[in-house]
Amino acid sequence: MSNLRSLKIAGRTFESRLLMGTGKFPSNDIMKNALAASGTEIVTVALRRADLSNPNDNIIGAIDTNRYLLLPNTSGARDADEAVRLARISRAAGCEPWIKLEITPDPYYLLPDPVETLKAAEILVKEGFIVLPYINADPILAKRLEDAGTATVMPLGAPIGTNRGLKTADSIRIIIEQVQIPVVVDAGLGAPSHASEAMEMGADAVLVNTAIAVASDPIGMARAFRLGVEAGFTAYTAGLGEEKIQAEASSPLTGFLRNDS
Amino acid sequence: MSFADKIKMYDWEFVKSAIFAKTADDVKRALYTDKRTHNDLLALLSPAAEPFIEDMAQQAHKITLQRFGKIIQMYAPLYISNKCTNSCLYCGFNCTYKIDRKTLTEKEIIKEAEFICKLGFRHVLLVSGESPVDVPVSSFCRIAQILKKFFSSISIEIYPLSTDEYRTLIKSGVDGLTIYQETYNKITYKQVHPAGKKRDYKWRLTTPDRGGTAGFRRLNIGVLLGLSDWRVDGAFTGLHALYLMRQYWKSHISISFPRLRPATGGYEPEFPVDDSALVQLICAFRLFLPDSGLIISTREPEQLRNNLIPLGITQMSAGSKTSPGGYAMEEHADKQFEISDIRSPEDVAKTITLSGYEPVWKDWDKAFLNG
Repeated sequence: MSNLRSLKIAGRTFESRLLMGTGKFPSNDIMKNALAASGTEIVTVALRRADLSNPNDNIIGAIDTNRYLLLPNTSGARDADEAVRLARISRAAGCEPWIKLEITPDPYYLLPDPVETLKAAEILVKEGFIVLPYINADPILAKRLEDAGTATVMPLGAPIGTNRGLKTADSIRIIIEQVQIPVVVDAGLGAPSHASEAMEMGADAVLVNTAIAVASDPIGMARAFRLGVEAGFTAYTAGLGEEKIQAEASSPLTGFLRNDS
Repeated sequence: MSFADKIKMYDWEFVKSAIFAKTADDVKRALYTDKRTHNDLLALLSPAAEPFIEDMAQQAHKITLQRFGKIIQMYAPLYISNKCTNSCLYCGFNCTYKIDRKTLTEKEIIKEAEFICKLGFRHVLLVSGESPVDVPVSSFCRIAQILKKFFSSISIEIYPLSTDEYRTLIKSGVDGLTIYQETYNKITYKQVHPAGKKRDYKWRLTTPDRGGTAGFRRLNIGVLLGLSDWRVDGAFTGLHALYLMRQYWKSHISISFPRLRPATGGYEPEFPVDDSALVQLICAFRLFLPDSGLIISTREPEQLRNNLIPLGITQMSAGSKTSPGGYAMEEHADKQFEISDIRSPEDVAKTITLSGYEPVWKDWDKAFLNG
């Protein structure tokens, strides 16, 4: 991760390091207010939910594209063919060529298929898409995708919608260490503290949806995640202290030995 | 191994006695565990769970919120034909009844589709009696190709087909298969299906297998509540769903809870299912299968449907017409059964919104199948 204040993806600069999803909200108004409260600048929408041919579509209509980058996603795709087809349709309908690549053949845990994801990423990058792939926290896959030319990698903390936090922390650490493109921790973050933890580890950004959408007060929770992300990022750039087993006094007793006077 | 082999290991009477032997402790264990087994489902369906319905409802609500959020996906049935060669005792399309029968022409289907589309629906369920002479598979394929223009998702609830026939339907743009076993009790099954192809229990039982093999994205199963003991049929439905989820792991499984409604012929359900039982059944399924779609149709009355919204239901029909031509044609044929919730889709959507939920009209895209 870079220490730059702003997040840079594919040459574009963002002040917020919190990306947001749009599923599961009780209404579009609540979603709109939650997006505003989160401070996000990148909003992902499932292409299967959006009616791109209809300018009055309720979900697309609720997102102010002057304010947010609309990031269409291929959620629901089972293989590379389907994902590529969806991406092309979104671009043909006038969306920017950004695509969040999600290929989840199993409809229950919605875990990403690494083989199909790499295949689709290779095709889409060649076609000029800016590809943000959702992946399991697999460092080798992350490197392969970077080689293929994706704009980010988006490893999961835990399966989508589970709120279980950074179950894959050790692997995400390796990914952060090894890749040179932004690492966006994508799924499973259930509390602002989880988002903080990911940012403290050195993630470039996080994407949150369920934890905000299903909170009793989604707008309050969006604000809380904004603060969590900012706290984690600030802590990371400020330089966290090392973890130790034994106590070490803040004012050492033998300090006088190093004192000249 | 198809489900026909799997089910051999389970005897109806044995499952029934296992359910009735469950105690309050079994129910508590089933309620407060992380991962539920089929044995837990039996406990949740048992009479011992009745005092715990509120706890089940609370948990079901929490799980649904977590997995689906506050959304209800909307769909509408489109009846193609009420001609039928079967004689199901409970069904208004029974071939022995002298009713006004009709198979819609393509022109008429387009008229119906336009009407349904104007109501807001983008998910449609094609329904038809079993009459391969009047509506062969090739007709359904053609209909699907026409309807792709109007809808982002097309499912079918028609007579069982072979795997290859299902493949041709999928190629034509059909993504979901609805097929109810009606009852898993073999004896009752034979009694209520005295004649016709539907009499073949095993052919019907293995239909979701053929659909799964062909590659349907959505498999929707269920029993007709009222034909047999709902607890036992519930246990078998759970078993079937679990099997399908494992066997056809790329297909999403959903469960419907149709209660028998008054229809021509006046069949009286032998095992009526009251509201409390229906709620117990729905909550038990949400707890057992946290990610499955749970569907409630306009068979149920307005008030009950409103109250079921937070309990685990994820899909609803609205403003349904159960006869061919029922939406847009002045002269339409006779219906399959009387619906109960007669509100317009707009009114149902309003109620959903007022309950703090979002009615979702489109949650699929034809691009998934063939662009």
